[in-house]
Amino acid sequence: MKNMWILCLLVCLSCKDTSEPKNEIASETANNIEVSDVELEVFDYDGLENFLSSKTEKIYVVNFWATWCKPCIKELPYFEAINETYDDVEVILVSLDFPSKYESQLKPYIVEHQLKSQVVALNDVDANTWIPKVDKDWTGAIPATVIFSQNKRQFYERSFNYDELESEIKQFLK
Amino acid sequence: MKHTLKTIVALVVVVALSSFAYVGKGHGYHIGDIATDFELENIDGNKVSLADFDDAKGFIVVFTCNTCPYAVAYEDRIEALNKKYEDQGYPVIAIMPNNTDVKPGDNMEAMKARAKAKGFTFPYLMDEGQKIYPQYGATKTPHIFVLQKSSEGNVVKYIGAIDDNYQDEKAVNTRYVEDAVDALIEGKEIQEKQTRAIGCSIKV
Repeated sequence: MKNMWILCLLVCLSCKDTSEPKNEIASETANNIEVSDVELEVFDYDGLENFLSSKTEKIYVVNFWATWCKPCIKELPYFEAINETYDDVEVILVSLDFPSKYESQLKPYIVEHQLKSQVVALNDVDANTWIPKVDKDWTGAIPATVIFSQNKRQFYERSFNYDELESEIKQFLK
Repeated sequence: MKHTLKTIVALVVVVALSSFAYVGKGHGYHIGDIATDFELENIDGNKVSLADFDDAKGFIVVFTCNTCPYAVAYEDRIEALNKKYEDQGYPVIAIMPNNTDVKPGDNMEAMKARAKAKGFTFPYLMDEGQKIYPQYGATKTPHIFVLQKSSEGNVVKYIGAIDDNYQDEKAVNTRYVEDAVDALIEGKEIQEKQTRAIGCSIKV
C-alpha cells in the first residue's frame, strides 16, 4: 500500500516536471515568486560545515549537485520526494554551480522546479582541502550525497533512484 | 549435460563478478602502479598508443570531455600544459571517457569540432567501449594522471587536479600538475602526489 502511495507521488512529481510549464509560470505569477525573490545563501566550506553535522534528532540528507549535472538533475525529484514524505528527514541541496551562473541558471532552476528542500550554494575553489573533509573516499565526482543522524553517517559517490534512496533512508530510521 | 550447464552458470557468475569489480570504485591505480597502454582513436582518425612516443619521458594523461563545465574551464590550461611540457618530454594525452549515447555532445564529431575550435595540439582520444578509464580509476572529468617512463613501464606518479582554482586561473595558488612534472624533470620527489577536485562523473 505504501509503495502504491509512493508510486502515486512519483507519478505526480513526474507530471509536475514535464507537463504544462505555462501553468507553472501562471502559478508563479500568482504567488509572485520570481527569480529575484530567491534568496540564495552562499558559503565557503567553513560555512557549509554547519550543515554537515547533526544538531537535532533528524536525519539529514546533504546532496551535492549542480544544474548542469545531468545525473544530479535526474535524481533531484527523488530527494524532493523524500523531503516531502518523511517528517524526520531534512534534505539540503548543496549547489556547486559556478557563481557566474547563480542568477542565470541556479535561481531560475529553483523557481521553475519549485524546489522545497533548502538549497545553498558552495563557493570554495580549494576543493583539494574541503573534499576530504566531506568524506575521505570522495574523489570529487558529482552527484554525491551524505546521509547522517546523530550516531550514523554514510557517504555515497553515486546516483540514486527513489527506491534506492528510500532504502538508504530507512537504514537510518530503524 | 547438467554438469556443463553448471559450469556455464559458474562462468557467467565469475565473469559478471569480475566485470563488476573491474568498473567498481577504488580499483584504479595508486601512486607507483604501472599504467596500462592503449590503442585509441584520435580525432585525426589515427590510433594512438603511449608506445608511439619514443622520445617521451612520460605523459600527462587527462581524462576530459566537451560537455562538463569543469572540463571546459580547464581546456586552455590543458593546452598550455601541452605547450609547456611536450618539448620537455611530457606530452598531454587527452582521453574522452564518457558513453556518447548518454552524452552525444562528447561524440567523435563533437570532439573534432571542439579540438579545432580550441586549437588543441595534443591527441584527443575516444575511450571506445569505455575500457581504459576504469583501469586508471578515473571517476570524473577532468581527472589527471602523470606518468613517468621506466624500464618496467609507465609509472603513475601523480593523480588528481590540475591546480587549486577552477574558476580563475589568475587566482591559482598551487599548480599541482606543473609542480609534479617539474619535479619529475628535475629528478626530485613530488610534494603533492594526489589531489582532489570537483568534476563531472563519467557517464556510463
